[in-house]
Amino acid sequence: MEEARRVISVIVLNEASVLSRISGLFSGRGYNIDSLTVAPIPDSKYSRVTIVTAGSVRVIEQITKQLHKLIPVLKVYEHADLVEKEMAMVKIPLSESISDIEALAHAYNGRIVNVSHDTLIVMVADEPHRVGHFLEAIKRFHPKEIVRSGSVALER
Amino acid sequence: MQISGAQMVIEALIAEEVEVIFGYPGGAIMNVYDEIYKQSSFQHVLTRHEQAAVHAAEGYAKASGKVGVAMITSGPGFTNAITGIADAYMDSIPLVVISGQVPMSLIGTDAFQEIDAVGISRPCTKHNYLVTDAADLPRVLKEAFYLARTGRPGPIHVDIPKDVTAQIATFDYSKDVDIETYKPTVKGNARQIKKAIEAIASAKRPLLYLGGGIINANAADLVRQFSTMTQIPAVETFMARGTLHHADPLLISMLGMHGSYAANMAMSETDLVIGLGVRFDDRVTGKLSEFAKHAQIIHVDIDPASISKLVNAHFPIVGDVKNILEAMIPLAKEQIDPSRYEPWHNTIANFNKLHPLSYTEEGDRLKPQWVVQRIGELLGDDANISTDVGQHQMWTAQFYPFSRPRQWISSGGLGTMGFGFPAAIGVKRADLGRVSINITGDGSILMNIQELMTAVEFDLPVINVILNNNFLGMVRQWQTMFYDKRHSQTDLSIQPDFIKLAESFGGIGYRVSTKEEFDFALKDAVEKNVVAIIDVAVNRFENVLPMVPAGGSLFNMMLEYKEK
Repeated sequence: MEEARRVISVIVLNEASVLSRISGLFSGRGYNIDSLTVAPIPDSKYSRVTIVTAGSVRVIEQITKQLHKLIPVLKVYEHADLVEKEMAMVKIPLSESISDIEALAHAYNGRIVNVSHDTLIVMVADEPHRVGHFLEAIKRFHPKEIVRSGSVALER
Repeated sequence: MQISGAQMVIEALIAEEVEVIFGYPGGAIMNVYDEIYKQSSFQHVLTRHEQAAVHAAEGYAKASGKVGVAMITSGPGFTNAITGIADAYMDSIPLVVISGQVPMSLIGTDAFQEIDAVGISRPCTKHNYLVTDAADLPRVLKEAFYLARTGRPGPIHVDIPKDVTAQIATFDYSKDVDIETYKPTVKGNARQIKKAIEAIASAKRPLLYLGGGIINANAADLVRQFSTMTQIPAVETFMARGTLHHADPLLISMLGMHGSYAANMAMSETDLVIGLGVRFDDRVTGKLSEFAKHAQIIHVDIDPASISKLVNAHFPIVGDVKNILEAMIPLAKEQIDPSRYEPWHNTIANFNKLHPLSYTEEGDRLKPQWVVQRIGELLGDDANISTDVGQHQMWTAQFYPFSRPRQWISSGGLGTMGFGFPAAIGVKRADLGRVSINITGDGSILMNIQELMTAVEFDLPVINVILNNNFLGMVRQWQTMFYDKRHSQTDLSIQPDFIKLAESFGGIGYRVSTKEEFDFALKDAVEKNVVAIIDVAVNRFENVLPMVPAGGSLFNMMLEYKEK
């Protein structure tokens, strides 16, 4: 069956064990999670978990149902029309051209966010595939370290 | 009320009207055991192994329909219990399992008898809790019982650190359970129900596919009503045995790997499957692409995750099967013409005539199927029947004349050897008026044989009937058929003297090799009303037939097996 990239957004009760319940559904079935982000929803007892994974329609449908079945899960959005963003930070030696880096970051909703005595850190926030493009483009500035946040998503 | 965590456990059990718990004490749970000592509201049955405590609670829950309760200590106490917990999870048995844990200050330090219990039980419970504050205990325990018995039932594990059982806090059990994130669908969608009835009314060869969910939902009476009214024939899964009376002309038999020819053929020929409380287990369906190939599927289940998990449902109906049948029956009465299915009945009668479930009497030794049938003839409805796992289990499912739900207690999903004896102890405790039989094998019985002591001590007279073929029979059967008779590690010729074994615990043992001896032994054990082992020497190489080899199609059954 055809595998496709999927974003699943889950609203869960803020509980110590909830993340392991969710990740266990994937690991116990041998499915990979490409990225996973969690943060509390302000002024509520819930958190939102955004999971990016790959799988066939059948697998994803089953995972969605199993997620629903977890007691602390309130809602699962899978088919929803989602606006999806991701951020990334890249550490670059100060010897590279700052203005070129700045211009590149700008094209991807980003900027330089920190400069130390020998490196700078640039951040971007954009659609995940655009972040990927940025990370390709930034290679020529000899990045020392890269970190991606994983996707966050919200229904339109 | 300001009381300790340990006292809260007792108060909660009393509030839940628990009459018996099964358990085994140890260091981390001692505060609770101290409170058990002081109370007289419920009985504590001391099993001789934690796994048996959980199986006994399962047997009790299955026979009574109530939530079973097991209690164990941390570390090895808990890990011993996990097989029982997993078994209950697979078979949707409502349990609350309470375990002790090392004190909060020691958690995560590799303390003596410490293990991450909730980490281990997470994938094999419906839900679990690590209670870090005694103030949470009343809510957690109340939720645990509620979750265990509502929706799709299952085991709930509550892990309580030792210092939390000593901690004093307020106990208030009066608040109703309100879990915003847990609202199981009980009532079926009216439009889907209507469409399903229309589909049945226009089908030519509809077939009721009855599952264990019916037993859990206490819906067997309604199923009987529905099938009688509509004259739709039925097959039962292994878990659903007893839903219809064995003599009901509409009951074809069990389907699946060791189901009858007629049941499997009916499933292969039907044009409309009416699945009630089923989950299309691989032991039922065989090769999925060939399963009920000509049929549309109505699938009624309380668990939305079971629907279209393996077989796509044309009419999915999520809800409690009892509730849904109540809605279906008046519609069926109006719309379904029972005479419509007569040709279909004839087809099924032919299947039945062609290859009925049978066995041949031959050789000196008793046939295991005869033993099962004979127990049925002698005890019938007066016995509750538990089994272990293997050939004896399948022969019992095939040949015992079940007449009511909750008469049949067996480990279906997990297939746990060692389940039968402790489960039968729990069954006896739940239904003291009936004989509790454990039909077992010479392999399985040794997996929880220590429970002879529990049964004797608590005067819970279980009669264990060992269908003894000196083999790990089911594996031997597969080795004979599929591994060119290389009987690797399955010859159990070296055995204890089961008679002396039973006697050494204070029970009675019978050695049986003829029909007369068997009749005498069973009648004597029932009459004496004591814990017994009846060791029946049966034909060594008998196979469970018919058989759909794993991954094969239901209509492609092995009806007999001739040794090459």
